[in-house]
Amino acid sequence: MLIHEFQAKSFLKELGWEIPASGLAETAREARQLAGELSCPVVLKAQILAGGRGKAGGILKASTPEEAELLASKLLGTRLVTAQTGSQGLPVTRLLVEKALYLRKEYYFGLTVDRNKESLVAIVSRQGGLNIEELSESEAGLINKIFFQLDDGLKNFQARQLAYFLELSDNLIKDFVARTRLLVGFFIENDLKLLEINPLAVTEDNRLTAVDARMEFDDCSLARHPELSALREGGQENELEKEARQYGLNYIKMNGHIGCLVNGAGLAMATMDIINHFGGQPANFLDIGGGVTEEAVSRAFEILLLDSQVRSALINIFGGIVRCDLVARGVVTAARHISLNRPVVVRLEGTNVAEGRKILEESGLPFTFAQDFEQAARLAVELSRKLT
Amino acid sequence: MSILIDRNSRVLVQGLTGKEATFHAQKMQEYGTRLVAGVTPGKGGLKHLGLPVFNTVEQAVRAEHPDVSIIFVPPLAGAEAIMEAAAAGIKLIVCITEGIPVLDMLRAKSWLIRYGASLVGPNTPGLISPGESKVGIMPGHIHRPGPVGIISRSGTLTYEAVQQLTAAGLGQSTAIGIGGDPVIGLKFVDLLKMFRDDEQTEVVVMIGEIGGQAEEEAADYLKVSTYPKPVLAYVAGLTAPPGRRLGHAGAIIEGRQGAAAEKIRRLKEAGVKIIDNPARIGLMTAEALALKN
Repeated sequence: MLIHEFQAKSFLKELGWEIPASGLAETAREARQLAGELSCPVVLKAQILAGGRGKAGGILKASTPEEAELLASKLLGTRLVTAQTGSQGLPVTRLLVEKALYLRKEYYFGLTVDRNKESLVAIVSRQGGLNIEELSESEAGLINKIFFQLDDGLKNFQARQLAYFLELSDNLIKDFVARTRLLVGFFIENDLKLLEINPLAVTEDNRLTAVDARMEFDDCSLARHPELSALREGGQENELEKEARQYGLNYIKMNGHIGCLVNGAGLAMATMDIINHFGGQPANFLDIGGGVTEEAVSRAFEILLLDSQVRSALINIFGGIVRCDLVARGVVTAARHISLNRPVVVRLEGTNVAEGRKILEESGLPFTFAQDFEQAARLAVELSRKLT
Repeated sequence: MSILIDRNSRVLVQGLTGKEATFHAQKMQEYGTRLVAGVTPGKGGLKHLGLPVFNTVEQAVRAEHPDVSIIFVPPLAGAEAIMEAAAAGIKLIVCITEGIPVLDMLRAKSWLIRYGASLVGPNTPGLISPGESKVGIMPGHIHRPGPVGIISRSGTLTYEAVQQLTAAGLGQSTAIGIGGDPVIGLKFVDLLKMFRDDEQTEVVVMIGEIGGQAEEEAADYLKVSTYPKPVLAYVAGLTAPPGRRLGHAGAIIEGRQGAAAEKIRRLKEAGVKIIDNPARIGLMTAEALALKN
């Protein structure tokens, strides 16, 4: 679960980090008022749950309260499309209005789990504000990483190592070490997967300041941190994706014409790949999961067909835990409910396959049955073309 | 011979009395797996599916001497179940549980190292040595004993691969799902080494997916070792949108790292035969085997 910049910064503040003076605006008038209170120049920052805001025009500087109002009115109520949001973009309903600071130095600071080294890692870069992944390929010398075990935590000497690497001035080193160790404790205590301060800056008056922040919590552990669930932002998901999540389905909208309903993430990806292999374009990723109910299957099929770009659908089920008859019943219910008007290719295999097929055949609905995986993909691609 | 498990493996089921565990334990028994005990705290002394139930793994180990444990417990109890099995001296732990927090898994891994235990999973369908033993939740009937070793990060896609192989007349020595989570136990390289030394295995099929570096590590290993058997690979996720998480699995592309195209390039470079159409896993493996013999 990713949280907003303003939410992440409030955690940082509690942990003793300095952040720029700021306020949250939901209207242009509020933005103007905040700009006046903070004294210009200010920066308006769109609060969406995705990165790449700067390049996409989601972070704007205003020199006067009037300009802040004008810019805010242009940003609020729009959907911001960044490199990370997908083509639909995300709605901008709030702006963080922040005092613009003169930054003497900008660094990057990150904490995450290194899945290959199976440890935690603290990363700093002498150059901040940039895409750290690209930087780590092109300018590896600017980056320092310290791997540490969860039970050990980050030791003082390790934090000092990072501070000296950044060539922080003597009076800032103590601050950096103390605050970084608090952050590591917070990271572990709250099951974070990613924590970034980018840029971590030194201001004109020589203070260490977190100018932007990003935190992602582990969804798997939210059950033991009920207070964190309150931070979840419903409005920041695609409507269909949000509804799918409520049914425990994993649906991701894409831009093609063939809707897919599959059990298992690997098979779902392979289904998208094989559609592509035969010259088609998948409209979505949809994994109905193992513990799915008939109602959820039904809803999954409806969600898939709510996408008006879908010209044909492919149901690919290899029943293991999931029973084919349950999937068939769910699909038939949905098909009747929405009066199915697009071709559907079905490939069933595994647990209760005969019952499943019988239910689909006896429904009288126009399903096209495929013998195997390849035939299913070919048929779905072919049928998606006929309709154009 | 198969790897890791065979008909003599004595299997403990952690969380045996739960609904999922009961269902799959029964299926394992029907397949011929030698289940010897179950553990559910508070249910010690009961009999379930004809098996003695214990309160702790330690008690079960003392009484029934299992050498493998399969775990079906809720996600937030998963890491502790792994630690408990390791501490009780079980050397092969198979964790079916999906959704264990990643920091919990880091803690569990240090216990595995301390006690010298191996883990399959978590978030895995488990493993099967056809005709010998099944320690997992996969449909047993699609498997046949034979020469193909399968290592997969996926669940249902593995069933698909097995079905294709069986249809092509190729049985399997052992099919193992290593799990799709970011932090897992045994990885491609560990299992490639086991299959290398296994007489029954003549060809190895790897099923990878986007995210992480496990396929790249396998490529590095295969490049420098003179691997004596043909290796084929399918990597799922070429069409996956970057930066999005697909499934509960750890399948997420972060930047260029972990993208399918990069994995495929590295594996190809290491001499692995790449399967570009996931419906041709069976046929291409049969071809590779025919070429070798």
